[in-house]
Amino acid sequence: MKRTAPMIILALGGFVLLVAYFIPYTQGWGEDAALWFDILAAIAFILGGGNLLKIHLKKMSDKVPGWGYSAVCVASFLAMLTVGLLKIGVHPNEQFPDYRWSGTYDQVGSPFWWLYEYGFKPLTATMFAMLAFYVASAAFRAFRAKNFEAILLLGTAFIILLGRTFAGVFLTGFIPEDSPMAGLKLENLTMYVMQVFNTAGNRAIMIGIALGVASTSLKVLLGVDRSYLGSGEE
Amino acid sequence: MIRPPAARALSMVLGVLLAGPVGAAWAQEGEPAAANPPAAPPRIAAHDFLMDGGDQARIVWEQSPDDPANVSAYAIYRSRTDAEIQKKIKDDRAKFIAGRKTEATKAILGEDWKTMLDTLTPQQRIDIRAARAEAAKAAAAEFDAGAMNDPASEDNRFLLHGSTKSLELKYEVDKLDRANAYVFMVKAVGKDFSKSAGAVTDAPMSPTLEWFDGTPVQSGGRFWLVWIVLIFCGAVVFWIRHARRGKPIRVRKIAGLEAVDEAVGRATEMGRPCLFVPGIQDMNDIQTIAGITVLARVARTAAEYDAKVEVPTARSLVMTTCRETVQAAYLSAGRPDAYNQDLIYYVTDEQFGYVAYLSGMMVREKPAACFYMGTFYAESLILAETGNAIGAIQIAGTAMPAQLPFFVAACDYTLIGEEFFAASAYLSGSPEELGSLKGQDLGKVIVAVLMILGIGMMTLASMVGEQSGLGERLSAAVKFLKDVILT
Amino acid sequence: MYEFFKNLDRRWVFLLMLLAVAVPILLEAKFPEKATGLATAVFTEVENLEAGAPVLLAFDFDPASEGELGPMATAFVRHCCEKKLRMYFLTLWPVGPRMVEDAVARVIKADFPELKYGDDWVNLGYKSGYEGVIKVIVTDLKQLYTTDHFGTSIGNIPMMEHIQSVQDFDLVINVSAGYAGTKEWVQYASTPFPNIRIVAGCTGVQAPLLYPYIPSQLPGLLGAIKGAAEYEKLVLDKYGANHPVRDADGNPVLDEDGNPVIPGKYLEGIRRMGPQMVAHILMIMLIIVGNVIYFVERSREGR
Repeated sequence: MKRTAPMIILALGGFVLLVAYFIPYTQGWGEDAALWFDILAAIAFILGGGNLLKIHLKKMSDKVPGWGYSAVCVASFLAMLTVGLLKIGVHPNEQFPDYRWSGTYDQVGSPFWWLYEYGFKPLTATMFAMLAFYVASAAFRAFRAKNFEAILLLGTAFIILLGRTFAGVFLTGFIPEDSPMAGLKLENLTMYVMQVFNTAGNRAIMIGIALGVASTSLKVLLGVDRSYLGSGEE
Repeated sequence: MIRPPAARALSMVLGVLLAGPVGAAWAQEGEPAAANPPAAPPRIAAHDFLMDGGDQARIVWEQSPDDPANVSAYAIYRSRTDAEIQKKIKDDRAKFIAGRKTEATKAILGEDWKTMLDTLTPQQRIDIRAARAEAAKAAAAEFDAGAMNDPASEDNRFLLHGSTKSLELKYEVDKLDRANAYVFMVKAVGKDFSKSAGAVTDAPMSPTLEWFDGTPVQSGGRFWLVWIVLIFCGAVVFWIRHARRGKPIRVRKIAGLEAVDEAVGRATEMGRPCLFVPGIQDMNDIQTIAGITVLARVARTAAEYDAKVEVPTARSLVMTTCRETVQAAYLSAGRPDAYNQDLIYYVTDEQFGYVAYLSGMMVREKPAACFYMGTFYAESLILAETGNAIGAIQIAGTAMPAQLPFFVAACDYTLIGEEFFAASAYLSGSPEELGSLKGQDLGKVIVAVLMILGIGMMTLASMVGEQSGLGERLSAAVKFLKDVILT
Repeated sequence: MYEFFKNLDRRWVFLLMLLAVAVPILLEAKFPEKATGLATAVFTEVENLEAGAPVLLAFDFDPASEGELGPMATAFVRHCCEKKLRMYFLTLWPVGPRMVEDAVARVIKADFPELKYGDDWVNLGYKSGYEGVIKVIVTDLKQLYTTDHFGTSIGNIPMMEHIQSVQDFDLVINVSAGYAGTKEWVQYASTPFPNIRIVAGCTGVQAPLLYPYIPSQLPGLLGAIKGAAEYEKLVLDKYGANHPVRDADGNPVLDEDGNPVIPGKYLEGIRRMGPQMVAHILMIMLIIVGNVIYFVERSREGR
């Protein structure tokens, strides 16, 4: 029953929504189902928050190596939650001046805004910026001309890397714009590679992915693939 | 400047009374004195929409004589029901009163009233409340005596539904109720936003419910999509039944999936855990489900080898599902005692917070095998490079085309797109699931045939010339294929 | 030397990358930009609008992608202000309102104080639902947006009077960092409603996925900081000296050639191309060095 009930709900819900798309009266049911999911996901935040506290408090109490990071995590979590939920330092909304909590929680100048602006934003930007370093180390390590395809890849990489900067414009600047060879200017070659070869490859992958999504969804709805419920065996 | 209470109240009342007419004019759907309103459209008709649940109508009208010289748009209105009229009057009344109350507050505290709200004394709050109550009473009396309260006025009778640009002479009205009959009106809007008189439909009409798409086949609609879905699903079901009959299905080797057991075995030998990352999206993403089907296999193998699998998640629902999956996997491997639910936990919804945690955890705990199966965005390279730095064997699978290059460059094995969706079938070896892969392949064959057909027809059309009879027929055929069947 | 490169610690690569990015920034190295077809198409779409035309600016990005998308957002807002278009801001990302406020503060409040909120620009704020929001507002914007970002009722905002749906805008400008973004706008707005015109700016990683939509559903696209730099160049060429840096007396500050100095915020894209170029050249050199090591190693193993 533990596995049968979810499968029945899944199959029923899936096929009803599939057929509903083609019946005008029921077309909007899919969006309603998406809204129900959003409600579930919102409630699940509480579950996630509780789990977060449990895991990290346990690490702190057991003093496992690295428990200091857990302390920072719990302190940050509670700080943001407190200043946000209680709207500490937030002025009332000008439409409703009589109500102290009518302002928005992220009002400019409020402690929540300050934590976001000077804590969260720089940290997020830092993590994103790390990609630049990792791209360089990945390029150094992985781009080897081991075979013909790898050589093609390397050549294309050089064209794109140069063509997307002034270096490409500079290197092939001697080719006149209106000459028959203008297509060999690096910036034009770059656009050609991106719009023709790259687009073709992407389209092929996207078609395969779309078919894979449809097939996987059908398998899950039909109950053929039950591995997300655990082992495929009963 | 804060004035004495009595003077404040008097000035408030005077200010509201003086500001009233100005405010009322602004609150209505007013427009500047029309210099040159355009002529109304001569004729308008409303038809039932052929693909709806009884909630849509199509409005068509003739071009205004001043279009396009003095028409920038057409405004389309539908009639309100009685209940809607009553609600509108009630809402307008509330807005009118609220506007006057705000004016009263401003009259007492001045233009900088917004910055003074936190510093008001209790007496000032009492004075403001009294002034706002007076203003509300006066505003209510004024509204009740005015045109905004008249249900028969055009503004109350008709609801602006939408607009089209100049020279666009049709519009689809939605959110209708087939239990009601509606009258529609169209006004031409001039370049100075002045509006013409309204052209109104002759008689009320009620939309009707269709149980299926009534759009003519040659115009498109959902008819062709039904056939495409039936063909594709039929192919998948056919091959599943074919496989059930015991016919052998051959599937090419997928290196990444062959390496799953090897990776878990390596982790066991080294005495280090395995890390499984099911992506950063929620359970409503099919890639997350596909990733969790791989997790079932990885967890079962880990249970058999007595290895540890850690699954930090970015969504609470994913955490719950992964726990169920891993628990069932351990149970089926005969190791229910080895299951530890604390190894599957929630981190954070925030993308870079999640990857920051994962990076730190990977550097500290040094898992020997890392699996990245699901939806990833910019964090894919950070994960893959960190895994590389700690010397882990990495197997990635995603259907995000933008992230595939990063995984291919940095991971040992990558499942590209549909290989990732085939993982469940491949790892289980179940004939039924392998049969579904064959059905999927039929879909690809159909796509390829259509592409070759379309390219061939367009090439031939351009060779013979699109003005010639054959060229015209070929172009029309391609247009039908693109705009009707495949839309 | 060979052994050093063969066993190169990745931290040397990180250090080189740091220098490659930091040195051009610190030296304020700027290189000429040449606009390509796609950036020119985006510029032309905005430039062809008449004064007073309504334009929807959907800023669907977060602080993490501000480095790539911030300059193009600034350039878009500036272009719209110079053209005196009516700007309607909204976002599908929870942290998007901050990006809108930053762009508004940087451009409108700083250099176009004569533009009035509610008459010339309005901030509709964030609504949850990702593509669900787009599906609704393409036919009925006021169903979802009953107030603006600050809580003012839509009925009290003069410039919202003639706007019923996204179809009433002359152009949609989308700056997107991922999901929900340009792909969703194309799928749920410009495809079912071809009268909606969309131009977009996106991150470099996303751009290849959007090329299939060019030019029918997406007339133009700015890809990453390069696209932003090209667009900035076009805007500067047309409107460059309109808002120069001014001294305490309000007089334009001139450079050594006697030209007005353009504020740095309108040159961010061009400025960031300097480090990009040096970083790209560094990566090419690293790839070459890596391959040299590889071939030397192979030849030694062959012996």
